[in-house]
Amino acid sequence: MFIGYFTERPYQDPRSGYFGATGRSITDLTMSNASYDPKLGAQLYNRYLDEKIYAEEMGFDGLMLNEHHSTPFCMGGVMNLEAAILARITNRAKIVLLGNILPIWDDPLFLAEELAEIDMISQGRLVTGWVRGTGRESVAHNAVAPYNWERFQEAHDFIIDAWTRPGPFRWEGEHYHFRYVNPWARPYQEPHPPIWIPGVMSRNTVAWAAEKRYPYVMLATELEPTKESYGYYTDVAKEHGYETGTQHRGYLFKVHVDETEELAEQAGRKYVQGPSNPFLEGNQGVVRPFIQNLPGLTQRNNLLPTMRSFAAAASRGRAAQHRKENKKAKEQPKPKKFDTYTDQTNKYSIISGTPKSVIPKVKHVLETLRPGSIFFWDGDGAMSHEDSMRSLRLMGSDVIPAVREIADELELKGPFEVDPKTNKPIVDTDEANSTDNPSSHPSG
Amino acid sequence: MQSSVEFEQLQIAIPSGDVAYIVAGRGKPVVYLHHSWGSPGALPFHHNLVALGLRTIVPDLPGWGGSHRPAWARDVRDIAILVGCVIDALKLGPVTLIGSGFGGYIATELATMSPSRMSSLILIGAVGLYPEEGEILDQMMLSHRQYIQESFRDLQTYIDHFGEEPEPEIRTLWDLSREMTARVSWKPYMHNRRLKHLLPGVSCPVLIVQGESDKVVPCSVATQSESLLPNSRLEVVPNAGHLVEFEEPKLVSDLVHDHIRNL
Repeated sequence: MFIGYFTERPYQDPRSGYFGATGRSITDLTMSNASYDPKLGAQLYNRYLDEKIYAEEMGFDGLMLNEHHSTPFCMGGVMNLEAAILARITNRAKIVLLGNILPIWDDPLFLAEELAEIDMISQGRLVTGWVRGTGRESVAHNAVAPYNWERFQEAHDFIIDAWTRPGPFRWEGEHYHFRYVNPWARPYQEPHPPIWIPGVMSRNTVAWAAEKRYPYVMLATELEPTKESYGYYTDVAKEHGYETGTQHRGYLFKVHVDETEELAEQAGRKYVQGPSNPFLEGNQGVVRPFIQNLPGLTQRNNLLPTMRSFAAAASRGRAAQHRKENKKAKEQPKPKKFDTYTDQTNKYSIISGTPKSVIPKVKHVLETLRPGSIFFWDGDGAMSHEDSMRSLRLMGSDVIPAVREIADELELKGPFEVDPKTNKPIVDTDEANSTDNPSSHPSG
Repeated sequence: MQSSVEFEQLQIAIPSGDVAYIVAGRGKPVVYLHHSWGSPGALPFHHNLVALGLRTIVPDLPGWGGSHRPAWARDVRDIAILVGCVIDALKLGPVTLIGSGFGGYIATELATMSPSRMSSLILIGAVGLYPEEGEILDQMMLSHRQYIQESFRDLQTYIDHFGEEPEPEIRTLWDLSREMTARVSWKPYMHNRRLKHLLPGVSCPVLIVQGESDKVVPCSVATQSESLLPNSRLEVVPNAGHLVEFEEPKLVSDLVHDHIRNL
């Protein structure tokens, strides 16, 4: 089992009025950066980096970062920069990028170089993940929405070539053109860093990931639709002649641990009290469908079962289609109330409690989905540094050891134990090497 | 004045695939190129043209409506080239091209690259030039309904044309049209900075029609066009929005008729 830690790194500004239990909601892509305070930004960036260092100390296997643009709910616009810093200031945990938004890169050679450098500085700890991005990202970086999928695939092929094919060579593609591909930086890992694909609802992407045997990480989707989406991955895998295992399945979910149930509820409620985040159920703000669902961004009729989860659908501006799908599936005759903390705790969307109450719920998730890698999404919304640190400490002392035992019982093997490409066990040579490598931490 | 003649629905093959079009009337041919959001069919404006003795042809632009999508097209010029193919395939000879909004952009591009196909040009609220003042309204940042509503002079005129809630077919038309628009004109959005260098070479007579209250295309674009096109005339229609030919079909069809009659 691979256990990672994630927070979306919200821009938390209590003075903004868009914050806290009584905060106003934000209409996506309408908030001016005139209200951005770089001094506050400086504190927050450093806070989130400090928390990542502590997460490593507490035993997490991976430190997950993500990327969004022109929005206060995620400060990771330049995720690779944070990853490069983590590469230097941490020394054991994998740096998991889920993910770079390939279609918005007009120069993917730059991305290939950046990721190779991160992999080298971290001495082979990079897990790279690639996404297509939402409409927000296409708007923010003005990437032509209808070519999103084509550009994603071509940029992927190009970066793999740039990493693995001896240069110099030419690339004359449909969307990318390079007359001299010969990056003077190659990844530390051979043939290249592992690639994991995160997602929410595009069937195209799941099929593509399954075809390439890339682990697929479902991002905070509800349990049953997630299970069905894994099923779709498995079906595609069978068509390509292999069986899937736990190493192909990843899952991100909201978990907060605290010293008492009261504190846990207090902090857990803060998930939905930060700046509006279309991906944080209960505090999604106003998502404008015509932007999230830009023309040609994804095929209207090729969506995963997660479409039936209102939160996932709404984050993509597909609430109307969600209602239609729901009607078709005859799941619920009436729209359900989704926006309360209690609703989410009841359906395992938020797990918040003491270690004693959290561990059985995490176990339920593991039994239901059987993922080989999981990520605890914590420290988000309006949670303070203190909230995050208390949770991290208890995760380290109680939850992570217990989850490892449960994972062993359930035989949940992660992608560093069983190779998703071959389904064969991976012989761990890192431990032997790590004693030769004490200088990877600056304090060395 | 409006003709009661039924428009015939036909298809013509060009290298990118079949192009759907409607046609009615006899006389000098005029080809109408629709807005970015597609052609909703024969308009009162089109019937007026027929009644004025013009053979009126309204194609769905290649990639829009019932016309085959050229998935390879990346630029407005690609669509203009294909419209040239339509004119050739229909054996129209030098023709009067009427382009509205985005259709005006295509007509302008075609005029710069293929003047022999054109006897005259009529640009109604046309985009294509980068506005020296103001900005072209960005439909990608608005819902379909908001954008079309802004294209009319006021809300009531919008409702008169599309009702409180547009029909599902119309919403689908808007949705698919926007995708095709994005494929060729996402960036630069609705303009080509090279055009201003080419417009002085367009020698055919050009009528420029601009709604005085156009909220989509700044009036500066029309005045720029007038100053760059050597044989052009600008008509500003008072109290009209971007969709002048929808709002003032008689006035605009009369302007077209006069323009063609004087050729």
